[in-house]
Amino acid sequence: MAEEVKTPDPTPPLPDGEKKALVEKPTAEKPTASGEPAKPAAKPAAPAKPAGPVPLPWTSPMVEKYRSQYGSGLDPLTYLGQNYLAVDRSLIPDILRLLREEEQFDYCVDITAAHYPKREKQFDVIWILYSFPRNERVRVKTQIADGASIASSVSIWPTANWLEREVYDMFGIQFDGHPDLKRILLPDGWKGHPLRKDYGILQQDKEWVQINLGIESGQ
Amino acid sequence: MSAETNEVSSRALLSSDASNRSALERSHLDLETAEKPYLDSNELIINMGPQHPATHGVLRVILKLDGERVLGTECVIGYLHRGVEKIAENRTYTMFNPYVDRMDYCAAVSNGLGYCEAVEKLLNVVAPPRAQYIRVILTELNRIASHQLWLGTHALDIGAMTPLFYTFRDREEILKIFEKYCGARLTTHAFRIGGCQYETYAGFEKDVNNFLTFFAPKIDEYETLLTTNRIWLERTKNVGVISGADAIALGVTGPVLRASGVKWDLRKAQPYAAYSEFDFEIPVGTNGDTYDRYLVRMEEMRQSMRIIEQAVSRIPEGAIMGKVPKVIKPPVGEIYHSIEAPKGELGYFIVSDGSTQPYRLRVRPPSFVNLQALDVMVRGLLVADVVAVIGTIDIVLGEVDR
Repeated sequence: MAEEVKTPDPTPPLPDGEKKALVEKPTAEKPTASGEPAKPAAKPAAPAKPAGPVPLPWTSPMVEKYRSQYGSGLDPLTYLGQNYLAVDRSLIPDILRLLREEEQFDYCVDITAAHYPKREKQFDVIWILYSFPRNERVRVKTQIADGASIASSVSIWPTANWLEREVYDMFGIQFDGHPDLKRILLPDGWKGHPLRKDYGILQQDKEWVQINLGIESGQ
Repeated sequence: MSAETNEVSSRALLSSDASNRSALERSHLDLETAEKPYLDSNELIINMGPQHPATHGVLRVILKLDGERVLGTECVIGYLHRGVEKIAENRTYTMFNPYVDRMDYCAAVSNGLGYCEAVEKLLNVVAPPRAQYIRVILTELNRIASHQLWLGTHALDIGAMTPLFYTFRDREEILKIFEKYCGARLTTHAFRIGGCQYETYAGFEKDVNNFLTFFAPKIDEYETLLTTNRIWLERTKNVGVISGADAIALGVTGPVLRASGVKWDLRKAQPYAAYSEFDFEIPVGTNGDTYDRYLVRMEEMRQSMRIIEQAVSRIPEGAIMGKVPKVIKPPVGEIYHSIEAPKGELGYFIVSDGSTQPYRLRVRPPSFVNLQALDVMVRGLLVADVVAVIGTIDIVLGEVDR
C-alpha cells in the first residue's frame, strides 16, 4: 500500500508510453523491501496510464463557424491527432447534414455505438466520416439515453442503411426515419441486444435456440 | 428501400441501358420482349443460398425476378456471426489478436496489421522500421494471395474452370513463405502489438525474390486465359455497373471503388506502416463494371509486386519490437485506425477505459459495406449475372458476419 501512495508522485510528469516502461522498473524492485508478492507490485504502475494524453480542444475555421452558430451544444475535441465533435443529441440531424453538404464529408465510413450502463445517458452513438476532397476524417459523437431514438442518416448517406441496422441489432438503438429498421446479423425473432454491457458473453436466447434449432442450448 | 437508394439504383440502371449492351445480351432482350405476356404475370421470389456454392460461403440472397430479370434483391446475412466484437470486450488486447485473423480469413495478415496498428496508436507506440518493412512485405504478399483466390473462384463462378487451378497452384508459393515465417498458412497471427514476434528466417529475402520472379509471368498467364476471352468479355463487360458517385454514397471502398474511376487508396491517401516510402501506382477503371474490377485487381497484383520488390531490397536492420509494456493497458481514450485491406477500407474503432481489455472494439468490415451495393449493381440483370456480381465484389462471409 505504501507504494501506491508513493507512485502517483513520480508518474504524472512522465506521460509517454516509453517513459512508463521505465517507471515500472523501480516499482518492481520495491516489493522485496516490503515483502509483497510480485503481482500487486505491478499495479502501482496503473495510475500512470490515465495521466497519458487527454482530449484537447480542437480549433479550425470550420469548427469555429459551427461553434458560434450552435454554442455549447457542440464540443470540438482532438485526441492523438484525431478530431471529433461531441454534439448534443438534438443537433445531430443538422450537424450531419451540414458536414455532408457544406463541408464535403461525402463518405460515411462507419456508424457505431458504445454502452455505458452507469451513465444517465447510457449510449454513445458515433459516426465516422471521411471527406474525399479534403482527405480528412472526423468523428461525430452524441450521448443518448436508453430507449431514446436518434435521427437516421440514410437520407444523407445511403450506406447508413446497414450500419444503422447493425447498431439497432447490437444495442437496440432506434433510428427515426430508417426505411427498414430490423435485425441484420442476428435472426429476426431473437431477444436481447448482445453488445450491451448487461448482456453476458455466454448469454443467448435459449427459447429461440430450442424452437428454431431443436437443441437444448447453443453451447 | 428508401427513395434515395431507389434513385441511386435507377441511375445505375440507366448507365447499363440496353443501348450499350453487347449483341449477345441484346438477343436475350429480344427473346424476353417476345415472351412478355407470359413473363409479365409471373413476378417470382426465389431464394439463392445460403448453401449455394456461388455465394462464397453462407450468403442468402432473396431475388425478386421477372422471368430471368432481377427486379430487386435482399441479402440475408449473419449465418457466420460469432460475436467477434463481444469477444473482444472479454479478452485482453494481446489475447484478441488471433481472433482478427478469422474475420477475413483470405487476408489474415491484413486484419492483423490493422488491429496491431490501431492498438499501437492507442498506446502511442510506433513499430520499428524493420518490423514495418516485414509487415509491408507480408501484407502485400497476402493481398496477392487474396486476389488470386478471388480470381480463381470468380472465374469458376462465371464458367472458366482453368484459372482456379492456376491461381491455387501459385498461391501455394505465398502460403509456403507464410508457413516458413510464422508456422501458419492462413490464420497467420503474423504480427504482435508493437512489431513482429519473429525475425525473418534465413533465406526469407531469397524466397520472396524467387516468388517475384516466379509470379511475374504467371499474371500474364492468367491474362491470356481471360482478358481477351470472348466468353469472359460477354459475361463481365457492362455487368454490375456502379458509378463513382453511387459507390461513394454507398460507402464502397477498395478495388470496387477504384474500378468506378475514383482514385483513392488508403496506402496513398493516409499512408500507414511504411507505405509512404514506396513507389507504386493506384490502378483505376473507367466503367465501373465487372470487367474493370477484374483489370484493376490484376494491376493491383503487379503493383503489390513492385512494393514487395522495393521493400525486400532495402529491409532496414534493427529491432523488430517496439517498446511495449508487458501488460498492454492503453490510456483512457478512443481511436479509429484503418488500412487498405485487399477488399477495401478495414477499420478498427477502439474505446479504452484504461484496463487490459478493450471497453468497446468495433470492426469496420469492407466486405459488409461493399455487399450493400449488390442490390444497386444487379438490378435489371439476369440471374446468372448475380453470381458474377457477387464474385466481383469479393466478399468473405467471415468478415461480413463477424
